[in-house]
Amino acid sequence: MNKTPRQAIPEQEPALRIKNFEEVALGYTEEQALLEASRCLQCKNSPCVSGCPVQVQIPKFIQLIKEKKYLESAKKIKETNALPAVCGRVCPQESQCEKKCILGIKGEPVAIGRLERFVADYERAHSTEKVSQVKSNHVKVAIVGSGPAGLTCAADLAKKGFEITVFEAFHQAGGVLVYGIPEFRLPKSIVQKEIEKVQELGVIIKTNMVVGKIVDIEELFQQGYQAIFIGVGAGLPSFLNIPGEDLGGVYSANEFLTRVNLMKAYKFPEYDTPVKIGQKVAVVGGGNVAMDSARSAKRLGAEVYLIYRRTQKEMPARTEESHHAQEEKIIFQILTNPIEILGNEQGNVKAIKCLKMELGTPDESGRRRPIPIPGSEFILEVDSVIMALGNKSNPLLTTVTPGLELNAKGNIIVKNEAGQTSLANVWAAGDIVTGAATVIEAMGAGKKAAQSIMTQFSKVN
Amino acid sequence: MYQIIEKQVLTPVSKLFVIKHPQLAQKAQAGQFVIIRLHEKGERIPLTIADFDAKAGTISLVVQEVGKTSQEMGALKTSDQILDLIGPLGYASHIQNYGTVICIGGGLGIAPIYPIARALKKAGNRVLSIIGARNQELLFWEDKMRAVSDELYVVTDDGSSGRKGLVTEVQKELINKEKIQKVFAIGPAIMMKFVVETSRPHQLSTIVSLNSIMIDGTGMCGGCRVQVGGVTKFACVDGPEFEGLDVDFDNLFKRLNYYRDEEKVAIKKQHLCRLDNIK
Repeated sequence: MNKTPRQAIPEQEPALRIKNFEEVALGYTEEQALLEASRCLQCKNSPCVSGCPVQVQIPKFIQLIKEKKYLESAKKIKETNALPAVCGRVCPQESQCEKKCILGIKGEPVAIGRLERFVADYERAHSTEKVSQVKSNHVKVAIVGSGPAGLTCAADLAKKGFEITVFEAFHQAGGVLVYGIPEFRLPKSIVQKEIEKVQELGVIIKTNMVVGKIVDIEELFQQGYQAIFIGVGAGLPSFLNIPGEDLGGVYSANEFLTRVNLMKAYKFPEYDTPVKIGQKVAVVGGGNVAMDSARSAKRLGAEVYLIYRRTQKEMPARTEESHHAQEEKIIFQILTNPIEILGNEQGNVKAIKCLKMELGTPDESGRRRPIPIPGSEFILEVDSVIMALGNKSNPLLTTVTPGLELNAKGNIIVKNEAGQTSLANVWAAGDIVTGAATVIEAMGAGKKAAQSIMTQFSKVN
Repeated sequence: MYQIIEKQVLTPVSKLFVIKHPQLAQKAQAGQFVIIRLHEKGERIPLTIADFDAKAGTISLVVQEVGKTSQEMGALKTSDQILDLIGPLGYASHIQNYGTVICIGGGLGIAPIYPIARALKKAGNRVLSIIGARNQELLFWEDKMRAVSDELYVVTDDGSSGRKGLVTEVQKELINKEKIQKVFAIGPAIMMKFVVETSRPHQLSTIVSLNSIMIDGTGMCGGCRVQVGGVTKFACVDGPEFEGLDVDFDNLFKRLNYYRDEEKVAIKKQHLCRLDNIK
């Protein structure tokens, strides 16, 4: 029996890392990677693979690590996953591949995500090989949105010879990977490299293109695109609809994170975009985006309260994220619900009024319902409030696309797992279909749509 | 990259840029806006489209040099490039034959009101236009506005051109003189507020174009949210035009002022005062 323990990943010390935006996890050394890889039992039925939304051939890539064939290992991952350096960092492996790992029954599962990251980082540092382009099949596909779903769909189709053009609304490709997830969790230079690899496959990315405004779906078909994939991601941020949400200093997490990540407001005034949060910040929410917001605010020098109406146990954030947040001295103000934001004479935030909550019986989500405790009102003095409450659907494209069926929430209705919509030759996946989900789920759905597009057009041709 | 093919100095502080972007020019309509970013470290700022020419494949933008980005843009020259230009964003003005309409452009707002007045005129409206500025130096496009208006009134704060006074004074007189069906007003937020207040006693529908702070312009950040009729709206995807009678302007002013101090920091960094070198 293999007695090697699961290898911890070196991290920046909390006291140090809250003063910078550099990556928290530092990655395995070669030695650590070899030790960790040696733990893999190479199960014949590979349950781990079934836990991966994009079916990375996990035992095979780990076997190649054991053989020190790191570049080949990276290639093995890339057969099914266009963004391994991203997934190795932000996937919730604990609820996917690693959850299925046989070693996990008796002890700790193989650190699959960390190994994936090691291999991807090794390849980025050592490989000079250019990806070769496949001969075109002359089928033009338009991909709307360059986030995880769009990039995956684009890469998979490009590998099969489809001519891919990706339309991105922002000035930079990557979607949530560049505007949402902070630098300290996913360095933007790494995202950039992964996107360059997708471009090497022949994928053309057009930035500054808001589909639905400068061009619509019908016009894309007229321009000769035979299939269209919509992966426009999440849209309008949600607020609590409590008094004071329009005060200066109340941000949606989208706005706060976009300022900090995409626009690099943490380097203001070197970069022109400012972000102003003051000394004390309240972040409302308990998901990964709330953690990202809280930890970013901390790095900007603030004392940060994370306000969540249930307990830590019910938080939707990954355990690793809330653990990191606590290490960084984010103050968890649980069982607390904001009821009003109070402003000063200038119309800026000065405090947040909250109610204490207790947990009742489980609601439809299966989590215990928070119930306000009468008379428990209290005031927390803060300079800004960041609302991390999820997003509604983005109406920009869907409302100008006749015949595209939407549900009551404005999300696109798909007919099947492949992401086929009510419109012929239009597929959709990611947050615009499911509402907020994870990077890897969006990638998995983008992959299935790519499969479906391939099937459809191999029949035709 | 998008090339500036013409630059005009409209006033000492406002410049017009004609920029090549055939696809955008094809789609742009009166009332819509774009977002620009000048360079890799630049911020994204919204600018209302002042004009567009589908045949020439160009759009026109007018900037007033008040902040760091607008100052940097003002310094650009013909044949310079703009790094990012995104649009057309927001809804177009709702153009139809209303009957008699008043179009009010204050300061820089003269530029975006122009294509609206032109479209309203083309739709058969009787167009009464009022343009105003602090002084004659800051006025522009009098001829262009006259060409698309049945009547044009010019006002300045100091009387250096046209009539001395405020746009709202003329607006009030026009409302009292004849039946007006609709008002369109673009200018500083404070001007739009007073235009709306002038219309309010008559419950006269007054469309204003809101220049809230925004980043993406596609509904994602929510920074541009405004209270309209007691409901939170996003200026970028629900606007930029709203029924002014329903807009909470005081809330808008506060949100517009939030980054005033940072704006000073940004400008200071850009402008190295020579006084600082004197020891």
